[in-house]
Amino acid sequence: MFESKAGVFFIAGVGFFLLAFLGNGVVPMLMYKDRPELSAEELVAGVPEADEPDPERWKVPPNLRIMNQFRDLAERYPEPFAAAFGKPTEETCAEALRLGRQIYIGEACWHCHSQFVRPVSNESLRYGPVSQSHEYDNELQRPVMFGTRRVGPDLSREGGRRGNDWHAVHFFKPSVVSYNSPMPEYPWFFDGSPDKPNRRGLALITYIQWLGSWLPEYPYYEELVEVTGE
Amino acid sequence: MSQAAAAPVADAPTHDELVDEKIVLAHFVASLVFLTVSMLAGILMALQLVHWNPLRGVELFSPGRWRMIHTNAVAYGFLANAFLGAINWAIPRMTFHPVASRALNWFIFWAWQVIVGSAALGIILGPSFQDQAWVMDLAREWKLPMSLGAQGLEWGETPFWIDPVALLGLALVAFNFMVPIARSKGPMYVALWYFMAAFVWTFLTYAMGNLLPEYTVGGTSAGAIGGLFIHDLVGLFVTPLGWGLMYYFVPILLRKPIWSHGLSLVGFWGLAFFYPLQGIHHFLYTPIPMFLQYGAVISTIAVELVVATVVINFFGTLAGRSSAVVTNLPIRYFYTGMVFYFITCFQCALQVTLTFQKLIHFTDWVVGHAHLVMFGVFSLWLFGIMTDLFPRLLGRPWWSHQLCVWHYWLSAGGLFVMFIDLTLAGVFQGYYWASLQPWDVSTEGSQPFWITRVFAGLTMFAGLLCFLFNLWMTWRGAESREPATWTAPAARPAT
Repeated sequence: MFESKAGVFFIAGVGFFLLAFLGNGVVPMLMYKDRPELSAEELVAGVPEADEPDPERWKVPPNLRIMNQFRDLAERYPEPFAAAFGKPTEETCAEALRLGRQIYIGEACWHCHSQFVRPVSNESLRYGPVSQSHEYDNELQRPVMFGTRRVGPDLSREGGRRGNDWHAVHFFKPSVVSYNSPMPEYPWFFDGSPDKPNRRGLALITYIQWLGSWLPEYPYYEELVEVTGE
Repeated sequence: MSQAAAAPVADAPTHDELVDEKIVLAHFVASLVFLTVSMLAGILMALQLVHWNPLRGVELFSPGRWRMIHTNAVAYGFLANAFLGAINWAIPRMTFHPVASRALNWFIFWAWQVIVGSAALGIILGPSFQDQAWVMDLAREWKLPMSLGAQGLEWGETPFWIDPVALLGLALVAFNFMVPIARSKGPMYVALWYFMAAFVWTFLTYAMGNLLPEYTVGGTSAGAIGGLFIHDLVGLFVTPLGWGLMYYFVPILLRKPIWSHGLSLVGFWGLAFFYPLQGIHHFLYTPIPMFLQYGAVISTIAVELVVATVVINFFGTLAGRSSAVVTNLPIRYFYTGMVFYFITCFQCALQVTLTFQKLIHFTDWVVGHAHLVMFGVFSLWLFGIMTDLFPRLLGRPWWSHQLCVWHYWLSAGGLFVMFIDLTLAGVFQGYYWASLQPWDVSTEGSQPFWITRVFAGLTMFAGLLCFLFNLWMTWRGAESREPATWTAPAARPAT
């Protein structure tokens, strides 16, 4: 059996693979199978309480913060915003989030910024509450981008830490607002200058501002600068 | 090898009937092209980190996009091609049967280059067109992961429209090479176990990683699948093909059988059982259920014991012929890779523990580990195989023995410096972060390490340039200046 073709093919090849898939994949799938996956629209507008009790749905409050940020973008960059998304509605916000996430993936932001806060290494002091499973049950986390490397900080509690204008300048030329940052420049998110973000730029800023916006609060860790006396 | 090394049977097929040397050559050349691209991409990212990127602000040379080219070109362009070339040599010679179809082989060759090439184009160009309205409409209507460029899964970045084609390609590869294995008589030699399992595993792994997290599974479970995917891609595609080739080439070059058949059984079955169980160890301390994380940690430590048996077996084989490490360059490549493999796995058993993870996860330690295994082990092995096979494929000895040796020392030396450098960088970064200093303290503190890494990378690239130049001169038939002794075809018994 251990040296036969059938043994290698069926036991080692198919069998052990499926065993591992069962343990590492199917078990968490079954554990979380009853969690509804929220769409981008539901993340923005919320889910009203069902009239009939329904184990598949539960109430999700509307995300006022991301709408505020989205409206701020519309006021701050009126012409680019109108050209890219028209009016700042819940629908266009969901559209921006979806596009922003695709840009975030396509530009490999997630290869240098993680999206989960661990319960160790003082991370909850730096970033905020430790990540929980329910935070990942939505369309904008498919597939989740936990990440494996942090050249830059974790971004899962980044939303609202900084203004939209900060992000615009930062994407245009990171070293202007972030001392000696090794982050690449992304001038192609703009029509020539940081006050003219294009559709991709606006969408990406919206997505970044959304990250963590579902949480009640988290620390503003830049204040820790004083700890070192710099 | 149990058959191939035995006294040739009277009616045994000849080498030419078995091996299509042209396809071996074609795969090797393609693999070197992709390796060159990949290393250039790595250098670009390394330069970005030390503020020396000469191409900053150029959309199509964005370091982020090229970072994904770096890893994908290594996995699917370099390793896959080089493995296909090597098994096109090894499997027919071991089984005494040619591949199912030579025409299919060429179809696979071209299809694979198109797949890798268009995946690269997708990753580079896709994000530029992502904001077109029709892309978003399709995404909404069809619930497709409509990323024209990369997808958000490490090593599964290949654009979604590539995935089904790549799967078909992998199925054809499996068919073409399973046929000679199925036709061979008698018990199979250990290399064939690894190859056979690898064909099954690679297909299943690729299907799992590229279909499930994008379409069916969501949330944390998708994270678990993602971990399983990046882990299995190394463990169930690269590792078995690599070890299978070692089990084939090492006894042939040393001209003695493998030391212990029993240990190779332990090695194969231990790897097959424990390796796939470890996927979640890439995401320790995530919201993935803790008991699954513990399971992944334990099976990781278990597999390192298995690895020790494999390495012992190969060093047992070397015993009595150890001067070959000095005189025979391919053997030196193979055993250097095995030493690095042992270091990798020993490191793995430590770093997989929650204690180490606390400090080193997310740091350059992990990057150093990845380079140690992908370059220090598998690339060195494949360089060794190419160093051995190119003279036979081209029908003439290497143009310069010295350049082959330079290739070895620059590759192995550069890699070792990079490994030590990034590992240390990881420890520093881990402590910078845990001490809650501002973020730029960690990037500033990384600069000496990142600068060292640039030069280590350039050293490895210089090694590759030596190899490419040597190959070019050998190919066009320049007069050999100092033929290498180990490559003279006459020094090896005929098939």
